[in-house]
Parts: sequence; C-alpha cells; structure tokens
Amino acid sequence: MEITDQKIKELSHLAKLSFKSEDKDKIKSELGQILNFCEKLNELDTEGVEPLVYMSDRTNHLRPDVVKPSLNKSDALKNAPDADSDYFRVPKVIKK
Amino acid sequence: MGTAAEKYEVVIGLEIHTQLLTNTKAFSSDEAEYGAMPNTNISVVNLGYPGTLPRHNKEAINMALKVGIACGCDITPYCLYARKNYFYADLPKGYQITQDKTPLCENGFVAIKKENGEEKNIELTRIHLEEDSGKSIHDMDMYHSLIDYNRAGTTLIEIVTEPVIKTGEEAGLFVSEVRKLVRYLDVCDGNMEEGSLRCDANISVMLRGAKEFGTKVEVKNMNSISNVRKAIEYETARQIESVEANIPVVQETRSFDAVKGETFSMRAKEVATDYRYFPEPDLPPLVVSQEWIEETRNAMPKLPGELYKEFTTAYGLSYYDAQVITENKETAQYYLQILEHTTNYKAAANYLMGAVRGYLNRNAIELSDFALEPLQIAEIIRLIDEGVISNAIGEQTLFPALVENPSRKAKELAEELNVIQNSDDDFIIDLAQQVLADFPDKVDAYKNGKKGLLGLFMGEVMKRSGGKADPQIATKVLKEVLGE
Repeated sequence: MEITDQKIKELSHLAKLSFKSEDKDKIKSELGQILNFCEKLNELDTEGVEPLVYMSDRTNHLRPDVVKPSLNKSDALKNAPDADSDYFRVPKVIKK
Repeated sequence: MGTAAEKYEVVIGLEIHTQLLTNTKAFSSDEAEYGAMPNTNISVVNLGYPGTLPRHNKEAINMALKVGIACGCDITPYCLYARKNYFYADLPKGYQITQDKTPLCENGFVAIKKENGEEKNIELTRIHLEEDSGKSIHDMDMYHSLIDYNRAGTTLIEIVTEPVIKTGEEAGLFVSEVRKLVRYLDVCDGNMEEGSLRCDANISVMLRGAKEFGTKVEVKNMNSISNVRKAIEYETARQIESVEANIPVVQETRSFDAVKGETFSMRAKEVATDYRYFPEPDLPPLVVSQEWIEETRNAMPKLPGELYKEFTTAYGLSYYDAQVITENKETAQYYLQILEHTTNYKAAANYLMGAVRGYLNRNAIELSDFALEPLQIAEIIRLIDEGVISNAIGEQTLFPALVENPSRKAKELAEELNVIQNSDDDFIIDLAQQVLADFPDKVDAYKNGKKGLLGLFMGEVMKRSGGKADPQIATKVLKEVLGE
C-alpha cells in the first residue's frame, strides 16, 4: 500500500511526532509493509465471526462508590513540567 | 423576516452532558466534588500515570440506567468502552474513556408540552457514559493556561437527541424536562450555571421539504434554559438570513454571548477531527443483565409524568396545579406527605401552592428549609374541614402563627389565639342584633329589596366576632333576625 507524504504529515500531527526528511522515506516504506501485512490478513473471510477484542472473558470488574484519599496536591504537581502552587501550567491554549 | 422564516425548516439536535452525583469519579476512587480547592481531588489514574488502571464505578452505571429506564430506552446488554483520542491539556491521558458503538442506552424519548398545549415526544438517539475532562483557566495568568484536574475523570452521561427539535421553545422545554427528570432521579443536581448540566445544540436550516439537511453549526455555552432558547432562536435567524443572502453557512462551532444575545464563531471545523476510536483495552466489557435492570427499576422513585397523571386523575387536581406541584420532587413529596394525613386533596394543593409557596417566596427559602411538617398543614386543613376555624383564620392567622411556633400543635395554638369558631347561636344572634341596630337605614334598604346588603351585615358580624363566627351560621341567623 502506497503511503503518501500527506499521510505521513497527518499521522505525525496526530502522534505529535516530527521526522527529519531523510527519515521520512524509511517510515513510508516500513508503514507500507505493516499495512501490506494487514491487507494480507484482510484476505481471510471473517463473515459472521465476532471480533475478538479481549483475550480474557472477564466482565464487569466494577468497584463500589467509596471515596479513597486523593493524591496530595504538592505530590501531584511535583512531576509537572510547569506548575504554580495550585495549578498545572501549560502554554496558553486560547487566543483572547 | 416572517416570510423568509416560513420558507425554511429548522433542524436541531441536542446533546446534554450531565454530571452524575456519585461520590467518586468514573474510573478512580478520588472524590467527585464540585468547588474543592484546585487539584485536591486527583489521583494517578486520572492524571494518566503509566501503569495505572481504570476501574468502573458501579453506582455511575446504576444512575445512567435509571435515566435510560425513565426515558424508555433500550438497554444495551453488552457494552464495550472506547477510547476517544485527542490532544488537549485538560486531558492528561490523551484520550477520553467513553462508549462509542455500544452506548448503554439507545432510542427512548422525553415528552414535552408546548405553550400551545401540544405534546411532543423528543426521540433520543442514545445515552452513554463517559468521563469529563479537567478545567482550563485562561484568565488568571498572562502567559499560561492553568489546569485544575479536579473535574477530570468525573462521570458524565451524554444524552443525544435525534434531529427532531424544530424551535428554541422545544429545545428549552426538552432541557427543562431532562433537568426535572435527573433531579427526580437524584442522579444530577441539574445546575446549569455551575456546568453540572450542559447543553450543546447542532443547528441547521434547509428549504422546507428539502431532502438533505443544511450545513450544521454547533452552538455551545448556553448556561441556562432561557439562554438555550435565545441562542437557538438567534442562530436560526442568522442562518436563514445568511442563506437568503446567498452566503453559505460555514460548518463551525459557535459560542453564545448571553449579554449581547448573539452567537459568535469559536473555531471553524475545516477537517473532521479524527478521534481514532478503539476499544478501551484496560476495562473489561460491561454486561447488563435483565435482573440488574429490574433491580434498578424497582429502586426508582415515581417520575414527574406518573405523578402528574395520578394527581390529575386519582386526586382530581387541575392540570395547572398538578404541573406546579410536580415541578420538583421536593414539592411533590411534600404534597404526598400531606395526603398521608388528609383526604382533602384539593385543600392540600391549595395550601401548598398558596400559603406555603407564598411564605417560601417572601422569605426566599426552599421547601427543604421550611419549618412546618406536612402533618401540621394537614391539621390546619382538618380544623377547617371540621368547622373549628374558618378558612380565613386558617390561612391568615393560624398558618403564620404555626410557622413562628413550629413545635406547637395546630389545635392548641388555635385555642390559645382565641380563634376557635363560635357556632353558638346565642352568641351570633346577639352580634346580629347589635349590627342591625347600628345600621337602621341599611336594614330599611335591605327590606326594600337591596339584598346585596346582606354581605355588609355579614362582614360586620364577622368583624365583631373576631373571625370566630361560623359564616354559614351567621348568614342563617342574620336572615332570621331580618325576618325572612
């Protein structure tokens, strides 16, 4: 399957990744191989076969609605790339 | 614009997000509480730490089931959770856990009653469970956005309608009915200002009879029921005007400015966002058995629609009275509690809607803070029904006195206030004679045919008795003394 430059651009945007132009060709060919493999799998007739989503047949792993202590605020903020004493700080995400 | 509006058909679909009143979040055990100090109700699960796993809150599913059952939805017996992937600072995991192809509830409807009396069922597409995002604050820091993750991971249900809504009025009524319902079911506080109930509208216009819908615009930030109505009315008119002027409607998200009463563009949707939904591998499927549905149904309170029917048929209330009393659960419950002690259904409704509501309004308090027990209202009604006190004394004297002394018994208080009705004939004959003696000219006029003067004599007798004369007996006695 042919991977276009446009496709690489879209995917890298979604994945929040950027590539050097020399890497692009390599990625194009590798991604193409993966998709070819998927196409191979698609040749199999799966009409009437339920998709297998989970390897386990466990269902309803629910919990009661009981509060457990929260993470301490300073611990929670400690690993943030940027924070003040109350909030996580991120680049401005809106134009005002 | 009247004729232009008639040329077009408006197509509106609503999405309502309601925040469930669970103690904990959807997939983690930290507290789901509004108004806590920033970033104090958080956990490694909703901060998206590697190696953490979500686990679903059973109570959240119970609550969503109640709403689905109340709307007559089909409940999906086997649900997969899904990841909806997008990148935004208030979503630390990079995806929202939601339900995609297998929403918990499908179909169903919510009935509305329009101002012209017409009833309409607003069909639902689906109701599904999902988690909320954190909150971004853009105006506290010049150079940054600040994020509070307290809300991240709290449970929402999203109620999606079919595109069957035609006007702002219908939309407003629908939101109002949904809010009433979730409050009755105790699953959401329905507070639109605080955002625990949020409504988005998808609006398009097309030429009447057209097969294909026009370009859809999404309107957000309508934080009250009247704003839902105003925003939709504004947006509908804007789109019609635009199409009439041959300017194509742009597919975009718009926000409602309540001060200006206008919608404004937030962002254009040039390309459809690719959310790359796929099954959430960290949560096993949710299986909802018939027993679970029945158990939930049995735990549900009576709904406003059922109560309305009961009140108008079994208790003979007017449509208006039944409507007002079922407007919220507290009032309906209070009414039913009065009825545990009296069979005078109409008087109970009158007291609740008259004296009680008047008192609550004047003092700006809620029924839940009202001092009197339903039993005490029933006692006032009984004293009136038994002829012990008059209607007027009941409402104007005993009721306020009882509110001031809520621990007292109605009858004792009436005795103490000296308002027990005097049906002793001698006492009333005495008063009647005094009154007639004081108005000889009026008595002559009465005898000459001005029968309306009986009201004046009655008023005088009642006044002089301090309201204690039984009006029926007083009328009878007066007529006798006047020689009839």
